[in-house]
Amino acid sequence: MYIIIIGGGKVGSGAARDLLAAGHEVLVVEAEPATQLEINEELGEVALLGDGTEVRVQAEAGMNRADVVVAATGRDQANLAVCQVAKQRFNTPRVIARINDPRNEEIFGAVGVDVTVSATKAILSHIESELPSPGLIHLLEFGRSGLELVEVVLTDDALSVGRTVGELDLPPNTVLTLVVHPDDRPEVPGPDSRLEAGATVLAVTVAEHEAKLRSLLTGSG
Amino acid sequence: MKIVIMGCGRLGSRIAAEFDAEGHEVAVIDNDRGAFNWLPHEFRGQTVLGPGEDRSVQERAGVPEADIFMALANGDNRNAMAAQVAMRLHGIDRAVARIFDPERAEVYRELGIRVVNPTTVLGDLVREAAFGA
Repeated sequence: MYIIIIGGGKVGSGAARDLLAAGHEVLVVEAEPATQLEINEELGEVALLGDGTEVRVQAEAGMNRADVVVAATGRDQANLAVCQVAKQRFNTPRVIARINDPRNEEIFGAVGVDVTVSATKAILSHIESELPSPGLIHLLEFGRSGLELVEVVLTDDALSVGRTVGELDLPPNTVLTLVVHPDDRPEVPGPDSRLEAGATVLAVTVAEHEAKLRSLLTGSG
Repeated sequence: MKIVIMGCGRLGSRIAAEFDAEGHEVAVIDNDRGAFNWLPHEFRGQTVLGPGEDRSVQERAGVPEADIFMALANGDNRNAMAAQVAMRLHGIDRAVARIFDPERAEVYRELGIRVVNPTTVLGDLVREAAFGA
């Protein structure tokens, strides 16, 4: 696939490194000459110098044949512009935007950006998960369906420990998708799977039932 | 009419003062407090400090009840985003944005923003000044 990444900072260049290693054709557009040079020194001639929100630069980058465009700058306004021009001018099949301020997520969804990635939000939920009370870690949100993938580590005193999945009164729209047992053995849980302390549970749920799922899995007696 | 203007530079402050003098209800948004000094002493409208593309800042400025939203800050991308937040999240029909880049101007026009492109407008004026009678 041909993937164009706008913005060659830590996020953009990191993505370029991974995608190149996976065998894709990658081009990074970076406005800062020193950063562009750094990327080319490390990854080969993959970075183009220019303002990636300019249509002229995007045409030069070959956006008309790109399969995916990733807007990865540190500025949400620029990322929105990149996505909209890519869709409107170059009919890019898939546009992905980095969102720096979680409050901007709504407008990206409203104008039809395919996928948004909010590092700030992910970091915040990881911080939350490291706080004393055991909680859910948000791993992924599935587009605008409202469904989310969450991770829970079962503590010794969790009420669910020792019970089977079938005995749990799971809230609606909630599925336990994977259990990693304390001995690192993965299992797709069935009704008879027994939950042990120290196990990691991955579940799909919706935001409104998150609290119930949390108390069901981690609540102590 | 209720008119909210983002960007209180030379252009935004001038337009805001004119609309205010004409009796419209005007609110001006800027993220630099000093920018409000461009407004004349007689200005009676509201000033709101903050990034104008932020949904809640627009709410404070009364965008949900406004008839017209104008994005007249200096950055094309910021103006386009603010105009679309007003349209898509606050239901504004008339959103005007200043977009300097003629090509992006065309893109945003297709997306329903009322775009003013100073580059082409000035180009015409410069031509007129040089060759006109």
